[in-house]
Amino acid sequence: MLDNPSAALTIFVLSIFVGFEVISKVPPLLHTPLMSGSNAISGITIVGAILSAGHEQQTLSTLLGFIAIVFATINVVGGFLVTDRMLGMFKKKPGRS
Amino acid sequence: MSGQLIQFAYLASAVLLIVGMQNLASPKTAPRGNLIAALGMAVAVAATLLVQGVVSYGTILAGVVLGSAVGVVLATRIQMTAMPQMVALLNGFGGGASALVASAELLSYVRAAEEPVGIVPLAIVLGVLIGGITFTGSLVAFAKLQELVSGAAVVYPGQQFVNGLLGAATLGLGAMVVMDPLVLGPYFGVVALSLLLGVLLVIPIGGADMPVVISLLNSYSGLAACATGFVLGNAGLVISGSLVGASGIILTKIMCDAMNRSLGNVLFGAFGAVDTSVSAATGGVEQRTAKGYTPEDAAVIFSNARSCIIVPGYGMAVAQAQHAVRELADLLESKGIRVKFAIHPVAGRMPGHMNVLLAEADVPYENLVEMDVINSEFPETDVALVIGANDVVNPDARTEKGSPIYGMPILDVDRAQHVFVIKRSMNPGFAGVQNPLFFNDNTMMIFGDAKGVVMKLIEAVRDLS
Repeated sequence: MLDNPSAALTIFVLSIFVGFEVISKVPPLLHTPLMSGSNAISGITIVGAILSAGHEQQTLSTLLGFIAIVFATINVVGGFLVTDRMLGMFKKKPGRS
Repeated sequence: MSGQLIQFAYLASAVLLIVGMQNLASPKTAPRGNLIAALGMAVAVAATLLVQGVVSYGTILAGVVLGSAVGVVLATRIQMTAMPQMVALLNGFGGGASALVASAELLSYVRAAEEPVGIVPLAIVLGVLIGGITFTGSLVAFAKLQELVSGAAVVYPGQQFVNGLLGAATLGLGAMVVMDPLVLGPYFGVVALSLLLGVLLVIPIGGADMPVVISLLNSYSGLAACATGFVLGNAGLVISGSLVGASGIILTKIMCDAMNRSLGNVLFGAFGAVDTSVSAATGGVEQRTAKGYTPEDAAVIFSNARSCIIVPGYGMAVAQAQHAVRELADLLESKGIRVKFAIHPVAGRMPGHMNVLLAEADVPYENLVEMDVINSEFPETDVALVIGANDVVNPDARTEKGSPIYGMPILDVDRAQHVFVIKRSMNPGFAGVQNPLFFNDNTMMIFGDAKGVVMKLIEAVRDLS
């Protein structure tokens, strides 16, 4: 995929800047959902886990990959769901000022 | 699907994740933002399933089903007051997963007797190291927050020396892995030491410093994912991981600034350890006695008040008092008293903790006001009601140069006409320092559990009308 390490580094550095830009606009009111949501995103490592576990041969690597899938899925599913639950509470309440 | 298309799918996924985070800028768009981010994740997973060489769908499905089941149960059962430990736990799983992925990759290189090249060996070491620290560090943070172990700082002589030594040993072993990745001995050393370091680095950090630790571990879990991105040469992982890394770092900085302390001081200062020399130094204050009042006394003051600012702290969360507090706020408003909530950035055990609890209790978010905005309003406010907060309202932070919390931005509740403080006892707060606010002439202490006192307060206010 990314054969060139300098390309990966470029992407890394630029994404950090994008991250700073985007995240600094999140108000303190929503810092807890921000944490649980970004937490869910760190579960993106599930991509790596699938690549490790998906090989045909059954080796120690696939076992580690399998455990990684379980962990990462807990992270992703739990993170997005609990964030959704929290954000639902911040909806404007009808009939209240 | 060709490799090119899969790369486009990862790009689309990264864009969705970024747009999702952008939408978190306002409570109105935030739920949509979370859905967009989840969609981005789904796209990344779907694309990965189509990568050539990924064939063991049975294994993958089993893992996803198992993980989803646990995730759903956790997310739907957890109480809002327990959100800090929930986030800590999820962080741990994310970090653990990244460490496992980095390990699995190293093992397949060894199995194929193929030397990893370029940045890959370094990325493997970093993935294992950061992921491992995140895993056990988060579990310790979880155990502290869940009160499975004492939340206090655990310190022993030579602690920093031991940690420094272990850190150096880990880096040395890591360098050996980088130089000769196919020899597994040093790798196992890195695994063991990073798991140990995660524990040792978090145990000296006390309860009220948890917001910093959780933010930092959040950042680590992102950086660990990022490292696996370098291992696998996967741009999607690198982008998403660094987004989370940046997010955690920003929150860490905000939390440190809100306590006027450096990150180093939080991590290595062992602030929560009971420091007897500090209490001795402020002994002059301790000899004064604070007067206890009843909820009925407070109700009399409320009957003449026009405005009230409620300052919630961790005590409100512990007592699960948020619903009772909302009820009190509604009652006061029905009597024509304007009620606002003042939220200190480090109130509670994680960033935004109080906001979530009050939102759960249906307090409109417009009434939750940040420290910088509300501080100018205290002098014109009739009643400041402090519920389970201590250090964040300690006026010593403004004036006492010798105080450990000197310079920390606080909520200026002492400038209100009347101050009610609901507190379980006169025990000093987390910083181990006495709070002169409690002895001020305009302060009324009401001792008891936050929820119980607030309910009595509601009754007393009702009875007076």
